[in-house]
Amino acid sequence: MKGFVPVYRKELYSLFASPIFYVVAFTFLVIAGYFFYSAVAYYNLMSFQASQSPMAARQLNVSDMVLRPFFLDLSIVLLLISTLLTMRLYAEERKTGTIELLLTYPVRDLSAVLAKFAAVATSFLAILAGTLPGMFLLHMIADPSYPTIFCGYLGVFLMGSAFLSLGVFTSSLTQNQIVAAVLSFGALLMFWVIGWTKNLVGPTAGSFIDYVSVIRHLDNFAKGIVDTRDLLYYLMFIVLFLFLTLRQMESFRWRG
Amino acid sequence: MIETEGLTKFYGPLAAIRDVTFHIERGEVVGFLGPNGAGKSTTIRILTCYMPATAGSARIDGTDCFEQSLEVRRKVGYLPENVPLYLDLTVRRFLRFAAGVKGINGKDQEGEISRVIGICGLEKVSHRILGHLSKGYRQRVGLAQALLNSPPVLILDEPTIGLDPAQIVEIRKLIHELREEHTILLSSHVLPEVAQLCDRVLIINKGQIVATDTPGNLTAQLQKSAQIVLQVDGDAAGLAPALESLEGVQRVSFRENQHGRFWIETDRSRELRPEIARLVVDRRLDLLELKLVDLSLEEIFMQLVTEEPSQEESET
Repeated sequence: MKGFVPVYRKELYSLFASPIFYVVAFTFLVIAGYFFYSAVAYYNLMSFQASQSPMAARQLNVSDMVLRPFFLDLSIVLLLISTLLTMRLYAEERKTGTIELLLTYPVRDLSAVLAKFAAVATSFLAILAGTLPGMFLLHMIADPSYPTIFCGYLGVFLMGSAFLSLGVFTSSLTQNQIVAAVLSFGALLMFWVIGWTKNLVGPTAGSFIDYVSVIRHLDNFAKGIVDTRDLLYYLMFIVLFLFLTLRQMESFRWRG
Repeated sequence: MIETEGLTKFYGPLAAIRDVTFHIERGEVVGFLGPNGAGKSTTIRILTCYMPATAGSARIDGTDCFEQSLEVRRKVGYLPENVPLYLDLTVRRFLRFAAGVKGINGKDQEGEISRVIGICGLEKVSHRILGHLSKGYRQRVGLAQALLNSPPVLILDEPTIGLDPAQIVEIRKLIHELREEHTILLSSHVLPEVAQLCDRVLIINKGQIVATDTPGNLTAQLQKSAQIVLQVDGDAAGLAPALESLEGVQRVSFRENQHGRFWIETDRSRELRPEIARLVVDRRLDLLELKLVDLSLEEIFMQLVTEEPSQEESET
């Protein structure tokens, strides 16, 4: 894996030096803050009502009423930011010609692909960390389940990474960043909404579609359950698209 | 040091290069000459492992460019055409990245970076962002990254294109200093540059090597005809036919507005100047100028690339 570290550091530097990262982070955090606020406000309202009926009080649950909707809502914004974070990775190098440097340096294509992916995943983690103050507030005013919080973050991070891997792939397909962004956004949206048709097709196809749907696997994490099927789904998703990127770079070399 | 054997590359149905074979010895500085689109960059990109060839093989220092690509890439310092650089990095950060991927790490790294910064004269701009640098400095940064880790082979694609004359002189000087330690292959379409810098020239046209020799030999070999410029004073009417009747003269031309000036194309095998001088004096004209004009490398190059040499011509 020689060459991984310098490429990773360079990519990370380029990300943090570009305005895209800050605009993306800002947008994400504003929307995430709004989602968090609305979930907490709803919980607050419910608590007032519960004070009048002891029956309703028993159903109050921070995990179900705040954490789960918060994590599921976050995934919508992921759709937007992952495409923006990844679109420049290969497209820009092809546009400016620096790809010629990268491909003639003694670095394996695999190291370069992994380094680029790791760099955007790191930047995504940094953005995600920006939502932690909300969890701290929750800790002050309520008594949330910490394993659920951890699971939720793990799920969002895995799903985000899966989205990023697809973005890396679409970025390697073109030298136009907009094309790369549109392609990855379209593909991700498709993976998202494909679950809607699960009841319209036969039972076998239905369960297959359900498994392929990218959002279904987040639900368990948001509830605080780590299921190996979900874990495996996201890992396979990442491996598949990084592998396709590698193949695409190989094909790019041959076409010249 | 650099060997290619029947190198061929197709882009779809189009052959960019066809059957390119040449050998470059250790320590040689070789110029790769050809018009735009002749296949210079394609050949260079195969040698630097940017892309594989359709057929044929290329070896650098005995290592195959396709089979052991990483090994070859470690041995070659490459300056791509138009010098693509990561424009959002500073000079030093970019060189640190390049040094890292070339496997220079830890405490050697800063020393090596300072060395190439020194060679390329980048001390003043080492903390500036590449996107803000002039073309000349970017060219030097490109050269600096190629020099990292002192690779035995340097491949420079159009190292002086787009520079102003002062910068060209500097880059040439730099390349001249590098010849001590590296085998250099540089491509160019500027002939005087190649004549100045290189021990040997490879001329490529339409994807094929059409000539290879030292700049001096190429000039001698290809100058089949020479041109003599003659300037006389007085009534020069009738002089042109008289000159044409001399043995060895192929053609005489003159222009209406340049009175008394003749361009005489002659056979190179004979020295005609004494005869011409005598002819002029016999006709009671004043001889003002008589000189032999050598065909420049530029003109030879034009000859080579505009018409394919026939079998007979290439034998002479």
